[in-house]
Order: sequence, then structure tokens, then C-alpha cells
Amino acid sequence: MNRSILFHWSIDHYLHALLSALALASAFILLLIVAFLLIEAWPVLSGSHWQAFFTDASWYPLEEQFGLLPMLVASLTIMLGAMLIATPLGLASAIFVTFFASGFLLRSYRLLISLLAGMPSVVLGLWGLTVLVPLIASYQPPGASLLAATVVLALMILPTIALAAAAALAAIPDHLMSAAAALGMRRKTQILNVALPAARLGIWSALLMAMARALGETMVVLMVAGNVVQYPHGLFDPVRALTANIALEMGYAMGDHRAGLFASGLMLTLIVLLLAWLATMITARSSSYE
Amino acid sequence: MSERLFAMLIYLAAASIMALLFWILADLSYQGWSHLSFDFLIEEPANAGREGGIGPILSSTLLIIAVTLLAALPLGLAVAIWLAEFTRRGDRLGQSVRLSLDVLAGVPSIVFGLFGNAFFCIYLGMGFSILSGGLTLACMILPVLIRTSEAGITAVNDAWRQGASALGMSKSSAIYHILLPAASPAIAAGLILGIGRATAETAALIFTSGYVDRMPESLMDSGRALSVHIYDLSMNVPGGDGAAHASALVLISLVVLLSIVAQGLTDRYLKRRLMV
Repeated sequence: MNRSILFHWSIDHYLHALLSALALASAFILLLIVAFLLIEAWPVLSGSHWQAFFTDASWYPLEEQFGLLPMLVASLTIMLGAMLIATPLGLASAIFVTFFASGFLLRSYRLLISLLAGMPSVVLGLWGLTVLVPLIASYQPPGASLLAATVVLALMILPTIALAAAAALAAIPDHLMSAAAALGMRRKTQILNVALPAARLGIWSALLMAMARALGETMVVLMVAGNVVQYPHGLFDPVRALTANIALEMGYAMGDHRAGLFASGLMLTLIVLLLAWLATMITARSSSYE
Repeated sequence: MSERLFAMLIYLAAASIMALLFWILADLSYQGWSHLSFDFLIEEPANAGREGGIGPILSSTLLIIAVTLLAALPLGLAVAIWLAEFTRRGDRLGQSVRLSLDVLAGVPSIVFGLFGNAFFCIYLGMGFSILSGGLTLACMILPVLIRTSEAGITAVNDAWRQGASALGMSKSSAIYHILLPAASPAIAAGLILGIGRATAETAALIFTSGYVDRMPESLMDSGRALSVHIYDLSMNVPGGDGAAHASALVLISLVVLLSIVAQGLTDRYLKRRLMV
């Protein structure tokens, strides 16, 4: 009896030690990633090289010109454009799911949204490239453009907004909606003036997550944005995003060029993590309200 | 009046999202269906992928996913169990592991590609290989796997833990016989999310598992994943659109199929233990 208890204790003890080690190893991955990005980017980060990212006129890596600004501006423009399209549609979709649809319609709509959420981005890119780009080109060549990237990216982040906003709306306390109904408010007023304000923190967090996803996305912008390094002047201009630049040039980059790509990856990670951190902060605040 | 207008706008938005999705699916099926056949699934690609099939590519894809899961699933479950059962609420170490996983979840996939290239391919000397690609993806899906499983294990009713303890079960056997089976729906959900991401991933694989479209002979061979194949066909191979659409159909079916298998296996191996 005593022996078996001792034996059990020691099995738990071993398990605890093993699991702790594995947990530390998993946390170590992040450090490893940051360390390797820093090591690889060091040749251009050390000294005063890093300022070149913002002062050089453009990105001509073979001539030691490492200006990232045109691509950064392109990335941000595509992201903001996609948000502009996806936010109203995503919110409308969340309102539809929470307040309008029911039964079979609700179930099939949810299924479709999760199908869209699971759609590989390379497949969306393929659709953009073979359907949307020729469509835009028939109106104004070359077709692969800021506009095409914006629309396809909007489709990609739409389910992120729709699902997270629907979850935020579903989490509103029942008594708020009952009180709104008891006051004789119409459904539109209930939704716009009670439900949306009550869920606003969750919705902001959803929007920030979508922004982070949009900035980090590679395949869509690589396939339909046209990949010309320039400041966007119009919707129909081809542009190159930061992520697409890494994917395009990693294959042959050497020396400082490779280091520059790793540095741009580091910068991208920092921006995306900042957005994700803001989203987490907002979520933490919204749960502390309840 | 404005009430009706509002409702109309909402319905219109929902309808247009559905219409867009149907447009995408219809276009994929329309352009890919004629290319799709059983031979397409097993043949070697010919003429840069315009003709022939995707046999070697499908094998590489499945091998990459297998490596990913073999690396990520045991580690993920272990860390989830540690977080849920061996750390107290507010425990410093537990919180920092959680934080680092949440940060990891936000890292863009192309950055995982950069890291995988620098670490697995060059530093560890694995080169462009299925192993490098699979391990890179494992790092990528680890956070979602851990956090969903952890939530599932934490949600198990405390009465079950107390019951196990009252029966004299060790913590280890309570975890194995009771907590993991009870948390199996959450574990399945995490697994499905992870598999979906790994199968759909392209950017992280281009510079880790590479482009080679021959049949892989070992895990150290470079192997082209299905998503990379679609990218290559549509961007670099003029006239490859038909094959690209057919491959896209296969990729979507693969994601759905693997999800169903993951659900089935989790039910079978975890849930049944609870019933006996």
C-alpha cells in the first residue's frame, strides 16, 4: 500500500519535471525566432546602417539601396483599404448572425463563413489572379494592382472580423437587450445604440486582430498586387508589400541583401505584435468589466 | 422605413458575402473540374506542371503534415497539460509561457519562413527538406494547439479531479484516463485548426521545404507542398491555370478530409477511454 503511493508520487514527480522542461522548450521557440532574426539582420542593423531603411529613396538591394518606405506605405495602404471594405461587411455579417438569421439559414451561413475562414490564402490569391485581375485589367491595365490586393485581402480578413464580432455580440448580457426591448426601442435602435456600444471593446479587438492578419499576409499580396516597388499613387497602380518582397527575394538574396530582408521581417513582426498586443489589452479590459 | 432599410442592408451584406464565396467556389470547380481525375492525383507532373498530375506533390504535402503533427502534437499536449494542471492561477512561470505562446501566435507566417530557413535549413544543416518545412510549421501551429487544448482541460469539472483523487488515482493516471478524454472535443478542435493552417500554409514553406516536384525518397529530400505548387503554377507557369485550379480543389478537399479524420481519431482514441 505504502509502496504504491510512493510509486504514484514519483510518477507524478517525473511527469511534472518532464512537462515543465517541455513547456520551457516551447517558450524558448519565440526567443529562438527573435534571436535568429536579429543575428541574420545584424549586418545591416549594426552601426548607422539601419537609418538607410528610412532615408534611402527606394529598394535597390543590388545597389545597396535599402529604402523600405515605399513598401511599408504600400503594405499599410493595402491593409487600410482591406479594413475599409471588410469592417462594414464583417459587422453586418455579425449582426445578421446574432439578430436576424435563425434555424437552417443561420446554420448554413455559419458553415459558409467558417469555410471562408479556412480557405487557404493561396487559393484566394489564385481566384484574384485569374478572375479579379483580368476584370480590373479590362477596365484599366495592368490589373494586378493596389485595388486587386485590397479586395482579395478584404475577403480574407472578413471572416476574422465576422466571427470575432459575432462572439462579442453574443457575449452581451441578456438584461441589456431585454431592457432595450422593454423601452420600446426598435430593432435598429437596439442594435445600433445598445448592442454595438456594449460590444465595442470586443469589436475593436476583432478589428485589431484583422489588421494584424492583413499586414502579415503574404500570398494574396504577392499574387495580385503587381510587385512593383513604388509609392501607390492610385488604385490601379501595381505595388509591392513588405511580405511579398521577402517571399520574392529570399531565394537569391546574399550578404547585406539577405540581412535587409531579415531586418524587414523583424520590422513587420514588431508592427504586427504591437497590433496583437493592443488587441489583447482591449480583451483584458473588456473581461475586467464583466 | 429606416427600420426596413437597415434590415435590408444587413440582408444585402450577408447575401453578397455568400454570393462572393459561391463565385469563388464555382470558379474553382468550373476551371478545375475538367483537369481532375484519379490519374491527376497519382501521376508525376509533366511540362512544369501543366500536364500530368500531382502525385509526388501530394506525398510531400502529407509527409510535411505528418512531420508537423508528430512534432507539434506531443509537445503541444504536454505543454497544455502542464499549463492546465501543474501551474497555479497567476503563477509567474505559467504566465510567461502563456505570453510567449500568444506572441508566437501573432508572428506572420513569412517570418516563420525566414526563421525556418535560417535555423532548420542552415544552422541545423537540414537544407531544403520536408523535415525543415514540417518543423517550421510545427512551431507555427504550436500556440493554437496548446491554447485550445489548455482551455479544454481547464474546463473539465473539478468534481472529476476530486473523484479521481478520492479513488487514489495518481495525477498522471487521472490526466491519462479522465482529463484528456474529457477534454477531447477541445483537443480535436485545436488539432483541426492546426491541420487547417499547416495544410493551407505557403509562405513559410517556400524557403524551408523548397520547390522540387520529384517524388521524395526521404524526409531529408526537398518536397513541394500543394499550396506552393498552386502558387508556382499560377505565377511562374503560363498556361498552368487549369492544373492550378484542380490543385486548389484538391487542397480544399484535403483540408476538409484531414479535419474529419482528426475529429474521428480524437473521438476514437480519447473519448472511448472515458466510456469504458
